Amino acid sequence: MTDASVTSPAQTGDAEFKDYFALLKPRVMTLVVFTAFVGMLAAPTPINPFLGFCAILFIAVGGGASGALNMWYDADIDALMKRTAGRPVPTGRVDASEALAIGLVLSGFSVVFLGLATNWLAGGLLAFTIFFYVVIYTMWLKRSTPQNIVIGGAAGAFPPMIGWAAATGDISVASVLMFCLTFMWTPPHFWALALFVKGDYDKATVPMLTVTHGRRATRVHIIVYTALLAALAVGTGFTQVGGPVYLATAVVLNALFLKGAVDIWRRTEDQAEADGYVTEKKFFKLSLLYLFAHFGAILIEAGIDRLGGYPWA
Amino acid sequence: MGLTHEHELHKRRRGRNAGVGLVLAAFIAILFGMTIAKIGGGAYSPETRAAQQQTEGGNGS
Repeated sequence: MTDASVTSPAQTGDAEFKDYFALLKPRVMTLVVFTAFVGMLAAPTPINPFLGFCAILFIAVGGGASGALNMWYDADIDALMKRTAGRPVPTGRVDASEALAIGLVLSGFSVVFLGLATNWLAGGLLAFTIFFYVVIYTMWLKRSTPQNIVIGGAAGAFPPMIGWAAATGDISVASVLMFCLTFMWTPPHFWALALFVKGDYDKATVPMLTVTHGRRATRVHIIVYTALLAALAVGTGFTQVGGPVYLATAVVLNALFLKGAVDIWRRTEDQAEADGYVTEKKFFKLSLLYLFAHFGAILIEAGIDRLGGYPWA
Repeated sequence: MGLTHEHELHKRRRGRNAGVGLVLAAFIAILFGMTIAKIGGGAYSPETRAAQQQTEGGNGS
């Protein structure tokens, strides 16, 4: 054994704890935790606070498990893309088989424990989410169709429904609306990203819309999906999920989001190249704020309801 | 030189083991907390159970 092999962090089995944690895609987990938390608190049925905490934790672990399984399966294309080349499996810090084992064990653990802590509808929804993300999106859609993130986006949209189901034991119009909000938000969010990390998807031959239909078509798709999303998001303000705070948030953010989409649509590729994709990057950042603000507003509405509702209602 | 390198390796492994240890400790705490939350509030105390049995017996007769 040479010194190099002993000290290289890339040697299998020498991974640090943070490398295993990175397998769980902690940044994606933030979105999962927040939306599941909102889904749970927006539900009319209160849940024991500790069991609620456990439910969110198990949902996060389930989301992390699907991230680990995604990294196991996608290690070949992750290695080709600048954005993902530093992940633990392509760099060799964690062996692919380890990622698979961790993903499988955590999947089973999170589903069983969510079922035990709350109910089996929530556990079943979490199991379906993991299956959808790993098998339907990662193994099938991602490499075969430009609609990959449109359909695959469903996986990221399930957490608020799981949170709601954990509290109430059922599925309702409100939880489906929260699902639809994230589902419709995913395509413009990812297509904006695909516009400014363009070389990555080309190199990995992932059939993103930018690769299969061109960048002009992607810009058109962004504005169409943003318009549909805006109609859904503002319309939700008139349902049981919404209220004045939500509606005000939705109107302002959707106006900004639509303006961003129009700006992207009006730009040519040369203009975007010239300024380093400033507008596309701004739209991507706004999309993160967009989702957090909408779910934050739903949370505020739920809080107001718990405190007795609006004085004029 | 070699010793320094071994230290680096051991440090990484120690960190990993400590992390796994903490996760296990957290798991035990969660199991304990879940048990208390599920069976707490006197729902499964002997008195409640006896009262339940009495009610069931009363209904049955």
